[in-house]
Amino acid sequence: MVPTMNAPEFPLFRGCKLACRRGGRLVFSRLDFTLEHGGALLLLGPNGSGKSSLLRVLAGLLRPSEGRLEWNGQTLADDPEAHAARTHYLGHHDAIKPVLSVAETVRFWARLHRTESAQADRAADAAIERFGLGHLADMPGRMLSAGQKRRVNLARLLAAPCPLWLMDEPTTALDRASIAVLETVLAEHRATGGMVVLSTHADIVLPDAEVLTLDRFAPAPEGLS
Amino acid sequence: MTRFFEVVHRDLRLALRQGSDSVMVVTFFILTVILFPFGLGPETNLLERVSPGVLMVTALLASMLSLDRLFQADYEDGSLELLAMSPMPLELAVAAKMLAHWLTTGLPLIVVAPVLAVLLHLPADGFAPLLAAMALGTPVLSLIGGIGAALVLGARRGGVLLSLLILPLYIPVLIFSVGAIDAAIQGLDAGPHLLILGGVMIAALALSPWVAAAALRQAVE
Repeated sequence: MVPTMNAPEFPLFRGCKLACRRGGRLVFSRLDFTLEHGGALLLLGPNGSGKSSLLRVLAGLLRPSEGRLEWNGQTLADDPEAHAARTHYLGHHDAIKPVLSVAETVRFWARLHRTESAQADRAADAAIERFGLGHLADMPGRMLSAGQKRRVNLARLLAAPCPLWLMDEPTTALDRASIAVLETVLAEHRATGGMVVLSTHADIVLPDAEVLTLDRFAPAPEGLS
Repeated sequence: MTRFFEVVHRDLRLALRQGSDSVMVVTFFILTVILFPFGLGPETNLLERVSPGVLMVTALLASMLSLDRLFQADYEDGSLELLAMSPMPLELAVAAKMLAHWLTTGLPLIVVAPVLAVLLHLPADGFAPLLAAMALGTPVLSLIGGIGAALVLGARRGGVLLSLLILPLYIPVLIFSVGAIDAAIQGLDAGPHLLILGGVMIAALALSPWVAAAALRQAVE
């Protein structure tokens, strides 16, 4: 599913000397990372250390104020749509419409990513089952709990295959059992060559993940804080 | 292209289930037009004279009512970020949302306009150009309005700001649609006015999705 052909001189996904400025404040700078097939990057750090900002930069939603991102040696800014097509982003918001059912929500996002809609529907239904939402498939979004909404979003990621998953605190509001399902899903995703960048405060088992502690890239305090 | 229709389909489904926006727009249109005979008095001559202007100005104000919701709900619940990150160009998604907006607000206005025209004693010659002007003009309202809706995202009191931004841009639509109806009533050719209106619509169709998408990219940063 994921092409294994890879020019050996380039790492698959790479960031060089990334810096990000939010509201005039430098959040992090001189940040480097590389990711290969099946790789995982665990972002740690206190509140406000730039985990979410980094994920948004990686998603292409936010432009880095310095540095560059490369996919297979190609600068990412040259083709933002290709990057969007291979990336799933899971942010703080759940993107759940109060009047759309669980199945309709997941199917819509699956259909946006896949061209064949019957196939997309089947994959969406399977993903809903996988996260234990099968009995809620016809439930409108307004009736869902916070944890259930989060699981709908995780099902969205599973319903359409994308090599890169960017997840901003995916364990928020999840119970132990759902976190276990998520860990299995992440392991399977990586086993097929997928990549994960994940920020968390809770414990989540991500074997052989490279840990990136963001406060190491915080700029030296300038003047009064 | 299937993706385009997926987004249109989703927005139509949302509008249908929530229902309030279309109903509100049409009700506002009807009520406001009905107010004019009360305010101006029942003289047929006077109503005949003002009816094209009243209908167009009211339709324009009515279509503005629902504009601030065009992107706001998607912006607040994070759907907009996901749309920006979907494999389809954001411009296309924006165009789909504008089309859905027109189908749920512009189209109902076109349907009720002839009924209200009867109420205002619009002369018989004016009906065809009224429908033509509405059919060409209301898409412009959704298209240009979409730019405004994208620009005010995240601003407090965005609805008021939106009116200030967008109303001046609606003036050409108003001038040429009322011009077309007036010309037909006076036995002149409405064609040139409608052609200009069509030109305005095509220009708006070509430019608005790009401008709105650029504004949305700023908003999700």
